[in-house]
Amino acid sequence: MTTIYLALLGGALSLYTLSMVTGFLHLFRPLPQQTLWCKRFILAGSVFHLLAFLCRCIQAQTLAVTNLHESLSFFALLLGLAFLLVARKTPIPTLGTFTSPLLIIFTLWALATTHAITPQPPILKSFWLPLHVLLSFAGNAFLVLGCSTSVMYLIQEHLIKKKKIKGIFHKLPALQKLDELNYLCLRFGFPLLTLGIISGSVWASFAWGSHWSWDPKETWSLITWLLFAALLHGRMNSGWRGRKAALLTIIGFAAIMFTFLGVNLMLSGLHSYTH
Amino acid sequence: MHIVTLGLNHQTAPVAIRERLAFTAEELPEVLRRLKDEAGLSEALILSTCNRVEVYGISATLDECHKRLLKFLADYHQIDAKDFAENLYFHTDSAAISHGFRVASSLDSMVVGEPQILGQFKDAFAIASEELSTGLILNRFLHRSFFIAKEVRTQTKIASYAVSVSFAAVELAKKIFGDLNDMKVMLIGAGEMCELAARHFINQGVEQVLVTNRTLSRAQQLANEFSGIALPFDKFRGQLDQVDIILSSTGSPEYLIGPEELSQALKKRRNRPIFLIDIAVPRDIDPKVNELDNIYLYDVDDLQDVVTENLDQRRQEAELAEKLVAKEVEKFEQWLASLAVTPTIKKLREQVLEIADQELKKTLAGLTDLSNKDEQRLKAMVNAIANKFLHHPISYLKSQDDSAETIPATTIRKIFKLDKNDVR
Repeated sequence: MTTIYLALLGGALSLYTLSMVTGFLHLFRPLPQQTLWCKRFILAGSVFHLLAFLCRCIQAQTLAVTNLHESLSFFALLLGLAFLLVARKTPIPTLGTFTSPLLIIFTLWALATTHAITPQPPILKSFWLPLHVLLSFAGNAFLVLGCSTSVMYLIQEHLIKKKKIKGIFHKLPALQKLDELNYLCLRFGFPLLTLGIISGSVWASFAWGSHWSWDPKETWSLITWLLFAALLHGRMNSGWRGRKAALLTIIGFAAIMFTFLGVNLMLSGLHSYTH
Repeated sequence: MHIVTLGLNHQTAPVAIRERLAFTAEELPEVLRRLKDEAGLSEALILSTCNRVEVYGISATLDECHKRLLKFLADYHQIDAKDFAENLYFHTDSAAISHGFRVASSLDSMVVGEPQILGQFKDAFAIASEELSTGLILNRFLHRSFFIAKEVRTQTKIASYAVSVSFAAVELAKKIFGDLNDMKVMLIGAGEMCELAARHFINQGVEQVLVTNRTLSRAQQLANEFSGIALPFDKFRGQLDQVDIILSSTGSPEYLIGPEELSQALKKRRNRPIFLIDIAVPRDIDPKVNELDNIYLYDVDDLQDVVTENLDQRRQEAELAEKLVAKEVEKFEQWLASLAVTPTIKKLREQVLEIADQELKKTLAGLTDLSNKDEQRLKAMVNAIANKFLHHPISYLKSQDDSAETIPATTIRKIFKLDKNDVR
């Protein structure tokens, strides 16, 4: 079972890599058909990844998100799915190009960490676990995808401002499209993240007897939440958009990464993975 | 049977010569008739545009073909052949095919990738085929040319880079706003280039055009033309927040718009971007405004740089297109070769005799008790069958001459699968 699982995950990683290669080839060389393939490879990679995940869940007899390896892998899976959903809604070639490196990093990182199945502490045996993790991770996946659009926005904006009308300028979409996409990711991601935090808080009140215990993970997710709340508020009420929104999304991305990984790797608390 | 082309274009001949050799659409039917007779062509087509005059033809022989065509042009236009002979190019066979394909694909145009030439080529073909001056070969040649031209347009990005200043402005606007449908455009002043750009924007479906000018009547006149709204010159600053694209080309010696006005406008429009195009010299808009977030300013030099860059891009795409063309030239040559009767007869005979020989060998291998004489008889019989079988198709093929309008050779080649890689 473990062999099949690792093979599937490796397959997903290879497909993500192919997607990145075709994507960047398209970006820097005049090959008209490449972007389609970039997206198709992510789709194929996500199918492999989903199968790997199901395989793991069956093996572990639970939603496989209880250690660092599983969390990284699950997050990459959700990021891929978020991309496919957004790409269906607003097809933007080259978004895949800027998403595939993230998919590769998370999957590769997952493969590099120990993949032994950790015996589940009794406290995690609750139906709140899948709910809390799924909501928070899905929210973060959309917000991270928003970060990809922000990077694209900043590149394209730089090219237009500095009047470098050549090369990837022609390949990247319009600024307005990228800004709309960024907003779309925020509107998907923020409510999910909010629900994720609320569900966690409700679960905590059952499991630990208190809604909020200022554990580092909680503190940092609050900081992340406040950042994106500010961005959403700014967008809705103060005409924040474009470059400003893109920069804030990237700062938000850093906060997500710290909440997700930094906290676990550097600080210890209630949310630490068991080793 | 050879495909030939004789002609001149913007690179080989000055306009003074091009205009003297040009043909009008009205005279073409008559010219084509005379051309076929006088220059001994079985099929003919003439492409005459402001940038090129080219004769395409099918000739049974290449002997003197160049001379005959040259003489025809000189006689018809009553010009001494010496005056323009050195401006002409003459291509035969694969070079002629390649030339035609390249012209149709706009690879030989002054502005590489410009779309008009294909239409002009199609018109020339319409006239020629109406006159029945094209036949089997040129018909297919032209259909292939049009097909390749389309392939080149879809498979390369040769036509997707703007190569005029006004179009470059539209291209940029699209990369800022995406869709231009809900956009509002303001025209300040009324330069020719400004008007042209405004027309391009209107063609892209912008929602509204505001026009302002120091003389209100001129503004009104332009506004009527664009079904827009005229603004008095002293009022336009108050409307800056209403528009997404600003085109400016006044004769004003000082800046009309600066960072102050635009900051205010941005605040009012909640930072929705504004794209400013300053075509005036001296400039109308303070270049400092480009430093503001969500403001994009391009002056006439910037746009010119974009055009230069785009021309370069088109040339790069043209290299891809050349590869496509080369492939198609090869295919077309194969098809042309398959039309010829003599090689077809040879191939057909070889194939049938080979089959007969193989079957004979197989049979003889099983018959060990055969006398030498019997073996000879058997051989003679097999050969006789093969030759009898070949008699009718071969005499039919021989009865067709090379310039026939039918395609017996091709059909025979297909029926008997004489080509390993069947040529469509």
